[in-house]
Amino acid sequence: MSKRKTSRREALFNSASAFGSAWIATHWSGILEAQEHAARAVKSAQPGKLQYFTPEQAAEIEAVTVQIIPTDDTPGAREAGSVHFIDRALATFDREKQPVYVQGLKDLQTKTGEMFPGTANFSALNANQQMQLLKSIERTPFFQQVRLHTVVGFFSNPEYGGNTEKIGWKLIGFEDTFHHQPPFGYYDGNKQA
Amino acid sequence: MTKFKPSTQVDFVIVGAGAAGGVMAKELSTAGFQVVVLEQGPYLRESDFTYDEKRVRDTPQLVNDHALQPNTFRKTEQEKAVLAPAISYGRCVGGGTVHYTATHWRFREIDFIERSKLGPISGTGLDDWPITYADLEPYYTKAEWDMGYSGLRGGSPFESSRSKDYPLPPFPNKSSGVLLDRAAAKLGLHTSPIPVAILSQPYKGRQGCVHCGFCEWFGCKVGAKSSSLAALFPVAEKTGRCEIRPNSYVREVSVDKSGRVNGVVYFDAQKKEVMQKAKAVVVCANGTETPRLLLMSKSSQFPNGLANSSGVVGKYLMFGTGASAHGLFEHPLNEYKSIQATRSIEDFYDSDPKRGFYGGGRIDARYGFSGPIGFALGGLPPDVPRWGAEFKKACKDANQTLTLQVFATSLPLETNNITLDPDVKDAWGLPAMRVTYRDHPDGMKTKEFFRAKALEILDAAGATKKWAGPVGETRNGGHLMGSCRMGNDPKTSVIDKFNRAHDVPNLFIVDGSSFVTSGRNHPTCTIEALAYRAADNAINMAKKGSLKAPVS
Repeated sequence: MSKRKTSRREALFNSASAFGSAWIATHWSGILEAQEHAARAVKSAQPGKLQYFTPEQAAEIEAVTVQIIPTDDTPGAREAGSVHFIDRALATFDREKQPVYVQGLKDLQTKTGEMFPGTANFSALNANQQMQLLKSIERTPFFQQVRLHTVVGFFSNPEYGGNTEKIGWKLIGFEDTFHHQPPFGYYDGNKQA
Repeated sequence: MTKFKPSTQVDFVIVGAGAAGGVMAKELSTAGFQVVVLEQGPYLRESDFTYDEKRVRDTPQLVNDHALQPNTFRKTEQEKAVLAPAISYGRCVGGGTVHYTATHWRFREIDFIERSKLGPISGTGLDDWPITYADLEPYYTKAEWDMGYSGLRGGSPFESSRSKDYPLPPFPNKSSGVLLDRAAAKLGLHTSPIPVAILSQPYKGRQGCVHCGFCEWFGCKVGAKSSSLAALFPVAEKTGRCEIRPNSYVREVSVDKSGRVNGVVYFDAQKKEVMQKAKAVVVCANGTETPRLLLMSKSSQFPNGLANSSGVVGKYLMFGTGASAHGLFEHPLNEYKSIQATRSIEDFYDSDPKRGFYGGGRIDARYGFSGPIGFALGGLPPDVPRWGAEFKKACKDANQTLTLQVFATSLPLETNNITLDPDVKDAWGLPAMRVTYRDHPDGMKTKEFFRAKALEILDAAGATKKWAGPVGETRNGGHLMGSCRMGNDPKTSVIDKFNRAHDVPNLFIVDGSSFVTSGRNHPTCTIEALAYRAADNAINMAKKGSLKAPVS
């Protein structure tokens, strides 16, 4: 543990040294803390352990999140662990949202049976069927809540469990170094462009 | 750490540890006076601040919590006000200066004399200030050098005269600024570097900005933002004469038989009532809590609320207003890095009678979202689906999106005001703040004007796509101004030109509530300058003995 910490400090030192020793002396503490925070954050996420959902419920919710942020040429909600973010939210900081999910899961099953007789679960539908069903319920409080949870989890600190391996941040090109140097973007770097 | 007993009569008690409270505490304590600062929020330090966007969105760590302090809102005095989060302000030691963007504009000469220049506007309280830009200029300079501002003297062709340079150079231009420069050149407009209360270089033992990009809604983790928390309170505490008492919620400024204030009554962290005695009181509680506190401080001498013989306390409230538009560009801007905005267009600052309505403003180009979550939830064009493959694809444009933000005038209207709600109470059992607010028709025209301008500028900057939400009426406010206005006539104003209450010789009121007009919706720099000036005057008065102990 302490060895890993040291190596993180070293890695940080190497990256910071590009800006010169005076810069490090001035900014060391702030950067270090930010880096430590990010590293701690990644470690504390524990995908795999469900705290609120049953495995069956988790499969249904995950199928919904996968339609919200699908996997294509880049990872999506499945790889980012959105369902684990939601599971943890409902067990901890968003407990009051539990009834929305209880009712929503019930309605989802009913709707699945209505639209696709013979299929017991939403997660058993193919992708097109799932999308078709979700479009029919996209204004419901349940879907809006799953969408909000999925998006917030996908783009929040990895410690919350919905942005595993910074999948969401990588998608939008957000670098979590929390210190930057100019030029920041294309236009200030290429003023004649 | 200095501690005073509540029963000890200190020289000054300051209510509110924000922009003005910080200046007053530092100036009064370094001048040799004993000061107690009461702040309703917590006393957080740099190490308490976070880059955790979710936490900042979900828990009001730095701002007011409507669950504890509900607001009620109505558009006109004829309506019944309903529960609604109508007000937003900083609630921690440092106040709004902890979480704000820190673009830091002085007012200009015109801002103090618009009534004389433009004539009256019927149905409004548009008036000249009792002071001019020249009166305040030395104090703007003092604020800039005391706290640490970065900017460029002469950077704007419209700048009012300055007696001194900025202490620190401006920040490196961002891509948003380069694009704004480009658009301005095409349209025959001007851009200028934005002055900021953020250190571009180390200053007075504080370290310079690391360009983390987490300014708006976040506390600065390296102390480079020149908040009163980072720049002023440490100096005040070092004197050994200033005690900052956080988690102290003031419910009344108390008066003695002679009608002078003799202290304040507050709830401590355990909701126990405490009275802190003082020779003089300085209320710096912001443009909405200040009038609320005065209205709650009723007594036989002041049946309509303290310092309210004019009936003007709470009235002429002005919210910061403006407009915004967003654009998508071909290459990455990475606007999430560094300070929020580096360039601004000021060609439409003055109210131009040719436009047919009162109003003016300033347009800057910036990162308009609090972070990745803010972008994904609020930064996408309206025609993009909110889930599915198209949504995901659009999220990839985060670094190619920028916002043109307009900061514009609000007119002072008697009917826009703060009163005490007759029914709703806060978590301490005190009357909730009732907000009555409706934009003047010229305010709506100003918003429309600037919405169109912003879209035009995005075109000229080369946006591949642009969008702007419809202009709406202001229903909630930050940048809280005007509710205890300054003036020479005690019948029509609450405080004199040195921020002293007309009705109470040892009561000072210093914050956004002092404003007569709204400038162009960047109040903090002027709040600080007013505070330095008010402190200078209070110190002189106290030294002459005119603030001596009241009879009790």
